[in-house]
Amino acid sequence: MKILVCISKTPDTTSKISFVNNGKEFNSEGIQYIMNPYDEWYALVRAVELKEKNGGSVTVINVGDVSSEIVIRKALAIGADEAIRVDVVPESSLQVAKEIAAHAAGYDLVLTGKETIDYNGAEVGAMLAELLDLPYVSFAFKLEKEGEDWLVSREVEGGTETLKVGGPIVLSAAKGMAEQRIPNMQGIMMAKKKPLNVVASIGAEKGSVVASHEMPPAKSGVKMIAPDDMDTLVKLLHEEAKVI
Amino acid sequence: MSHGNGGQKSVKTDQYSHHDYYKIDDLLSEEHLMARDAVQQWVKSEVSPIIEDYANRAACPTHLFKGLAEIGAFGPSLPTEYGGGGMDEIAYGVIMQELERGDSGIRSMASVQGSLVMYPIYKFGTEEQKRKYLPKLGNGDFIGCFGLTEPDFGSNPSGMATNIVDDGDSYILNGSKMWITNSPLADLAVVWAKDQNGDIRGMVVEKDSKGFSAPEIHGKWSLRASITGELVFEDVRVPKSQVFPEVKGLKGPLSCLSKARYGIAWGAMGAALDCYDSALRYSLERVQFDRPIGGFQLTQKKLAEMITEITKAQLLSWRLGVLANAGKATPAQISMAKRNNVNMALTIAREARQIHGGMGITNEYPVMRHMMNLETVLTYEGTHDIHLLITGMDVTGLNAFK
Repeated sequence: MKILVCISKTPDTTSKISFVNNGKEFNSEGIQYIMNPYDEWYALVRAVELKEKNGGSVTVINVGDVSSEIVIRKALAIGADEAIRVDVVPESSLQVAKEIAAHAAGYDLVLTGKETIDYNGAEVGAMLAELLDLPYVSFAFKLEKEGEDWLVSREVEGGTETLKVGGPIVLSAAKGMAEQRIPNMQGIMMAKKKPLNVVASIGAEKGSVVASHEMPPAKSGVKMIAPDDMDTLVKLLHEEAKVI
Repeated sequence: MSHGNGGQKSVKTDQYSHHDYYKIDDLLSEEHLMARDAVQQWVKSEVSPIIEDYANRAACPTHLFKGLAEIGAFGPSLPTEYGGGGMDEIAYGVIMQELERGDSGIRSMASVQGSLVMYPIYKFGTEEQKRKYLPKLGNGDFIGCFGLTEPDFGSNPSGMATNIVDDGDSYILNGSKMWITNSPLADLAVVWAKDQNGDIRGMVVEKDSKGFSAPEIHGKWSLRASITGELVFEDVRVPKSQVFPEVKGLKGPLSCLSKARYGIAWGAMGAALDCYDSALRYSLERVQFDRPIGGFQLTQKKLAEMITEITKAQLLSWRLGVLANAGKATPAQISMAKRNNVNMALTIAREARQIHGGMGITNEYPVMRHMMNLETVLTYEGTHDIHLLITGMDVTGLNAFK
């Protein structure tokens, strides 16, 4: 079984977010990057688990410049066998999907995280399925192999749905698919020896460009009300917070 | 003391992020950064949620031994064929730093297992001893401890009273050891004792040997999440096959201590970084006189001096790591780093405690726990004063110990 996992790097969740160049560019100064948690904890770890159970191989693919390599090495340390880095800075979901599609033929399973935690697009998986002409299941929280088929569970309004899909599929992974796996020192040392193939961009069209970003208005401070002053509390909840 | 699981989990998220004012990360390899991130991730998920509760109850989270083994924190710089990680000394350093960022007691568990138990067996043991013990110590099946210090011989280990007497295929071991990390839990002890010629010899003593006991030391206000005990030997028969064949004299145990002290120099930075991180965040959140206390000059003086001292210690440790990788770090250089960094961390813990005000004395924040831990670290593995005399002797050539 050959599995492809699409991974991207995102700012650490504790990062302070700001923009430069009139809101067109993300300010990466002082930002620590991590592997997008949905890609890592759910898609990648489940892929590694399936490989450990059924045999086969796990390849990770990333669209990004050389600064992505620490995240790619981490994926190899967690248990992927080899990696592909498409050497271009990602600027739109369509561009990323097209760049990945150029290398995604011949896999039995293609996994993405359900979304990245920075832009929250949740688009690449669906676009990739379309480009590869494969079935797509989004927001899956459970994935099992049953004979030649895949059993995939996903959340639907008020409950869950389990789908049976045959043949190669593209799937986006949500919380519950697997547990976080921390690379150990042995894995980190082995990762150095695994192949990381850098390939040139196919020059995929972006389709859209960022016009600007805007930050939400700064939060006002917490107002402290004395415990015996219920009238003021009720007044503020009614008139300012407008929750009652 | 109680052990094992069943404690309360903190609901507070560990918000720590690494501080690197001089971009020293540029001097580290991808492997160093990955090791640091992995251990930091492990500490955040396994240590931070439980450590205040265990420290508060003076209980040892023994379930973490297996976790430490799984991430590869035991003997990371030993060769892989003997259960080590095959990494370099800087990787070992950053692992110790991140463990102590969680708690000095957790780092002590790993320091003892790796540097004081696995290292001497690897360095001085027979091939048979290595095969018998190292893989099981590396994967956490065995817990080890290290017996050098005695009730009457701390800074002066060469005066030790513990001794072995030749008795055919075995030696008969008598004496006692004090302040032994992990001893009440240990499956085996690396013990140093004098033979009939007065030479210090090392040996591996197994837990179930007749006449061997390891009572726990109670009432510590420091390293409360780490278990400490004695080793008592009453006519313990130690087969000669358990003795390290070649090494004689104090250089045996001292070479282990150099390894461990090197790790402590890095570890102390972890405690300092955690205190600084907590103080910095608190100073920006805590408002007095209508503005964050981080805006006041006296708070800024504390924070600025903290990050300055941390940065100096980071450079010192990095350079020591480069020397250690080349096999050129001298014991005296290691002493300087251990002494400087632990003292730096303790000073920062005290200053950070002041920034936190009354909250700083509670277990809502990690600083008081780090401060109490560091009081031990200041004098174990060579006291603050003895390390000063080692530097003094190194630069003058004159021995001021006696």
